[in-house]
Amino acid sequence: MWRYTVRRILQMIPVLIGTTFIIYAMVFALPGDPIQALAGSKPLPQSVINALHERYNLDDPLVVQYAKYMANAFQGDFGETFYGQSVTSALESRWPVTLKLALVAWVFELVAGVTLGVWAGLRRGKFTDRVILGGTTLIIAVPTFVVAYSAQLLLGVKWDIFPVAGTQEGWVSYILPGIVLGSFSLAFVARLVRTSIAENLRADYMRTARAKGLPKHRVVVRHLLRNSLIPVVTYLGVDLGSLMSGALVVEAVFNMPGIGQGIFQAVQTKQGTLVVGVTTILVLIYLFANLIVDLLYGVLDPRIRYE
Amino acid sequence: MSNTQSGTAAATATTGGTVAGRSASLAGDAWRELRRKPSFIAGLLLLLLVGSMAAFPSLWTSREANEQCNARMAKTGPESLNPFSGSEHPFGFDVSGCDYWAQMVHGARAPIVIGITVTLVALLLSVLLGSLSGYYGGWLDMLISRITDIAFGLPFILGALVVLTAFPEHDIWAIVLVLSAMMWTTMTRLMRGQVIAAKDQDYVHAAKMLGASDLRVIFRHILPNAIAPVFIYATLNIALAISAASVLDFLGVGLDYPSLSWGVQLADAQAEFLEHPYLMVYPAIFLSLTLLSFLMLGDAVRDAFDPKLR
Repeated sequence: MWRYTVRRILQMIPVLIGTTFIIYAMVFALPGDPIQALAGSKPLPQSVINALHERYNLDDPLVVQYAKYMANAFQGDFGETFYGQSVTSALESRWPVTLKLALVAWVFELVAGVTLGVWAGLRRGKFTDRVILGGTTLIIAVPTFVVAYSAQLLLGVKWDIFPVAGTQEGWVSYILPGIVLGSFSLAFVARLVRTSIAENLRADYMRTARAKGLPKHRVVVRHLLRNSLIPVVTYLGVDLGSLMSGALVVEAVFNMPGIGQGIFQAVQTKQGTLVVGVTTILVLIYLFANLIVDLLYGVLDPRIRYE
Repeated sequence: MSNTQSGTAAATATTGGTVAGRSASLAGDAWRELRRKPSFIAGLLLLLLVGSMAAFPSLWTSREANEQCNARMAKTGPESLNPFSGSEHPFGFDVSGCDYWAQMVHGARAPIVIGITVTLVALLLSVLLGSLSGYYGGWLDMLISRITDIAFGLPFILGALVVLTAFPEHDIWAIVLVLSAMMWTTMTRLMRGQVIAAKDQDYVHAAKMLGASDLRVIFRHILPNAIAPVFIYATLNIALAISAASVLDFLGVGLDYPSLSWGVQLADAQAEFLEHPYLMVYPAIFLSLTLLSFLMLGDAVRDAFDPKLR
């Protein structure tokens, strides 16, 4: 187990370097000169340009620039934006927003997805199953931003159940955006659970459990669920990371000052260091989520052994 | 050993020898089951409808894209909510005063072409890379797997956003290129796993012993038995690619004017949503129905090919 963990962490390094380098190269290959953009249409004195180039290593070859940047990043210094603000402080107020949003979405997709999936799986082929299956297909088919706008118009503006936008009202303002953000994955979770339940219902151990005369809820909860939920753990674990990077659209519609909005502005204003900093953190979250999921696998299913 | 024989062998093996009677190949069984499925038929019909809009827009409207527009009529909603009321402009007018129904019909081509091309490119890449890395293993597998990991680790929307901002021109092919670069990973992993599972089967050893070359073993024996799950995922991938393209349009890094697509129309409608919801409702319905038809087809095909759930 210990050796497995170390090996997995070592394997993360090339992935982290690869992804961040691709983004770094792309961001700094963006057409347009960010230094000039800073000054507007006025010409900058050559000495100022030189000083700024020096400060952001813009004259080095790309690989050297990248290496210098990453060396600093791993000491917790993600660099400065071209406005002189440090990336860490530019994002400080944004992380909690996205984190809360992703968490609400995640809890929603976990609870609702597993419930719907189990319900449909136990009644496979019946009416409930068809309705849930059709409903999840519909959720996948309607684009997230359409769902977001419709929810905002109906539940926020017309019926006034939830706050329309912003984050002023604390956790309450995260409920609607969270549900919208989680709805897409909810459909996948429900389908995954349904298939898994339907397959395991026919397993031999289920017949044994029933033949022993165990009460129905015990058969379902202890025997069926424990075996069926393992594939779902993989999906849910990895999804927490993708929810954070996918929050962009929902944050835009509900006007929430989160990471997604920050990235969007950063890309448009060519704030390269900001984009790369956020990407690095998102990739790290994704990689560690993967690792934790794989380790959890062994706990949930004792048949899996790590060498 | 021919294709159909090995297919039959696999089908018989996976269903535990219960397949009997007529030509009982997996594909034949699947087809017989599909023909009886209402959701498959419905999905197919919907797709034909949308496909004909994409291929021959003149069948559905006499107007050209972005033509005969009248700025004075901009944002005028439909006279009646019933699209068959015989009105000349059943969907009203868009933000620039063009007939919304005509714009809707012309908006079909971009998403369909993007969805199908992205999936074809990704499918080709994944079959090639997946079978190479699964079959040969060793350093090649190591290399391809690590590259797949890197591409898979890139945050999807963020990656596309950065790359597209760097693109000078946002036509269909720029979107196709970016989405294909992001969407080949899942299928490659699937393909690799399938090839690894298939390459140790008896029929592969038999073919090798008879002196078949690597290429022949891969293409004639392994691929026909390994590719079904990848194809099934590919139908889902078409829907995902269309959906992703519409998100890019929404974020303003998708197609540029004068290209038309439902995603662009949705993006244009955002600002008007509170006053003129119909501007968003119509393209949303078209886009969702298209995605729905691909999803229904994918579901039906998966159920038909998965003997475990039969």
